[in-house]
Amino acid sequence: MRDLSRRRLLTGSGSLIGAGLLGGCEAPALSRLASPYDWSNGLTFAVQRWLQRHQPLVREFGPESISAVFPTINTTDPDDPDYRRSKAIGFSDWRLPVSGLVDRPGAFSLSDLKAMPTRTQITLHSCEQGWSAIGGWTGVPLAHLLAQVGLKPAARFIVVRSVDGWWDSYDLFDALHPQTILAYGMNGGDLPVAHGAPVRLRVERQLGYKSLKYVSGIEAVERVDGFGKGRGSMVAELGFPWYAGI
Amino acid sequence: MSRAPRAEEPGPSLVHRHAAWVRLTHWLNAVAFLALAVSGVAILLALPRLFWGETGANGAPAALDLPLPVNLEQTGWGRNLHFLAAWVLVLNGIVYLIVAFVGGHFARDLVPDRDQLAPRHLAREIADHARLKPARGREALRYNALQKFAYLVVLFVLFPLMVLTGLTMSPGVTAAYPELFALFGGRQSARTLHFLVASLLVLFLVVHVAQVFVGGAGNLMRAMITGRFRVPPETTRKTLTETPDA
Repeated sequence: MRDLSRRRLLTGSGSLIGAGLLGGCEAPALSRLASPYDWSNGLTFAVQRWLQRHQPLVREFGPESISAVFPTINTTDPDDPDYRRSKAIGFSDWRLPVSGLVDRPGAFSLSDLKAMPTRTQITLHSCEQGWSAIGGWTGVPLAHLLAQVGLKPAARFIVVRSVDGWWDSYDLFDALHPQTILAYGMNGGDLPVAHGAPVRLRVERQLGYKSLKYVSGIEAVERVDGFGKGRGSMVAELGFPWYAGI
Repeated sequence: MSRAPRAEEPGPSLVHRHAAWVRLTHWLNAVAFLALAVSGVAILLALPRLFWGETGANGAPAALDLPLPVNLEQTGWGRNLHFLAAWVLVLNGIVYLIVAFVGGHFARDLVPDRDQLAPRHLAREIADHARLKPARGREALRYNALQKFAYLVVLFVLFPLMVLTGLTMSPGVTAAYPELFALFGGRQSARTLHFLVASLLVLFLVVHVAQVFVGGAGNLMRAMITGRFRVPPETTRKTLTETPDA
């Protein structure tokens, strides 16, 4: 019965809500309930998904609200030879491979992304360390890029990799949200290197660690348990929950 | 606490003071609160500075710099324990509130009796508190008015404020309920209030435990663990034994 309703929903409206709820039990937040923390973090995930069932947008601010201080943490200038070479020529040879469960895999240049529909959003960034700052982000909605390559119906998660070795995954509920963008601009200019140039992810309804910097690859998959230690993200292996809605 | 304490074995002065559900929810709450306090400090150490408004970070002016060492390594376990304990506290609190309302615990034991609100009575209570003089005899079978005020403030002001300011720091919850930001004046204001209200709760805990020692630690602890309370005999000086006029 679960499979039937899944097929009906996916082939029917293809709604974000359907995709989100169906992805639910396979999500890393719920698929592995070994410790008490897994249970409480899973409960947080389930309740927040229910609260967000109508796919609300986060608040957006005017340009006057942009913070003068916006910290940069973890990697601020990747120590990768290819990255350095690419940076030196203004990322003109940079390519973003999109692979996995898509009809038309491809690699997109920075100008390819900039030719796509643009979204600019000025939002509050919340870090797990406690600080928050308001920044303006310009980029292409991830949903648009995934539509370009033709997401297969079997795809449930989007795995995103970073130049610095970080990786994370997102269910379609978040990946297809209108404010989930691949940002190449910040506060009206190019995205600075310290903030993840040439392209970073913005996932506005979760903490900052889900908004990966230095995006180097995108892969659509059905399950994420084959990646890393099977916990859905690199930070989950360091004790930070896969779902970071609080 | 029952209205008409019944005499129990082995002595006539040993009464059934606290119902089993009160004792259970009390200790669950105690464990959850201690875990929240400890993990809350662990989280705070990543940024022991408090701000007002939406934003705040190192490099931006703080409203309050706490005299605590900075430690970025305690965030992972701190956050996991904090949210596990928060779920225990919230679910336990919901059970407590429902049973307390439906079962009449609030009306019977926590709402001050009419005689307790008389200025003369209150003045006497304050004087007795100042002299660390616990109630005896029949008066020891009900909470005193100051105690009732303290419990009601903790239950209906401080704990709700903790939960709401905590949720205001959640990008997932505020996506669905942005009103929370307006309620507290921004994410950093909510973080600051979360700390200040937590400090008041710790202050309550210190006074609460101190009062246990003033009132007789052995007797009061037994009452909260087994439910059985030995009524301290009346003294010749009738301190708090005015008959209720109702």
